[in-house]
Amino acid sequence: MAKHKLQPDHWVDQYADYLFNYAVSRVSDAEIAKDLVQETFFAGLNSAKNYKGDAAERTWLVSILKRKVIDHYRKINSKKGKAEVRMNYSSDSEAEGDWLEQQVADPYSKDGDNVLENEELGSAIQDCITKLPQKQALVFKLKTIQGMSTEDVCNELDINPSNLWVMIHRARTALMGCLNENWF
Amino acid sequence: MKISCKEASGICDKSQYKEANLWDIIKLRIHLTYCKVCRAYSKKNSELTSLCDRAGLTMLSDDDKKKMKRDLEDKI
Repeated sequence: MAKHKLQPDHWVDQYADYLFNYAVSRVSDAEIAKDLVQETFFAGLNSAKNYKGDAAERTWLVSILKRKVIDHYRKINSKKGKAEVRMNYSSDSEAEGDWLEQQVADPYSKDGDNVLENEELGSAIQDCITKLPQKQALVFKLKTIQGMSTEDVCNELDINPSNLWVMIHRARTALMGCLNENWF
Repeated sequence: MKISCKEASGICDKSQYKEANLWDIIKLRIHLTYCKVCRAYSKKNSELTSLCDRAGLTMLSDDDKKKMKRDLEDKI
């Protein structure tokens, strides 16, 4: 198998969004997630000499990020008093007088499953997006995730609308194929 | 009234972003009544849209990325 090589100057363009999504779904805070991604890149740079080239670059970065997420939880838990689980009686008047038992999550609720499933779906889509050519991926993300208007995207990337729609079309077709294999 | 499959898929793509105009959508609808291939494409396309909505994808803003790049370059 061909050995992989690290190319730190492409990291941000290629992996930042993927890693960011990964982090956000685990720490549920965009600011913290952003810091973790940044720390991951720094750590990757520092230990670049330990990279043996067995794993793909992204897999390797994800494994660093995983450690960073764990460290993050260790850190917030080590602050005194934070490690305990606190349960407040609900302050809203609706629930007043209810027992704590009535406030715990409904065991028959499917919400948890949905959250998990959507998280997996998110990483499946991100996976597929990273397989697209870089410019297509960028156009697709700007339109679909950021919901930017066609005009703004065209101005920012200096392309014309028909270019944009061709790229969107290619990206969507590729994503459908990719998700077909990996999701359905 | 008749449009080609290429036009039809273009309108279909635009309508995923609510950027197709009413007249185009009518033309697309008519096309879909007799074109099986585009019907399949249109179905997949809307599925993709709803999957993307459901997944709650996020991305870093351009500024954030630029800052990250700068910080990273300082260290290289």
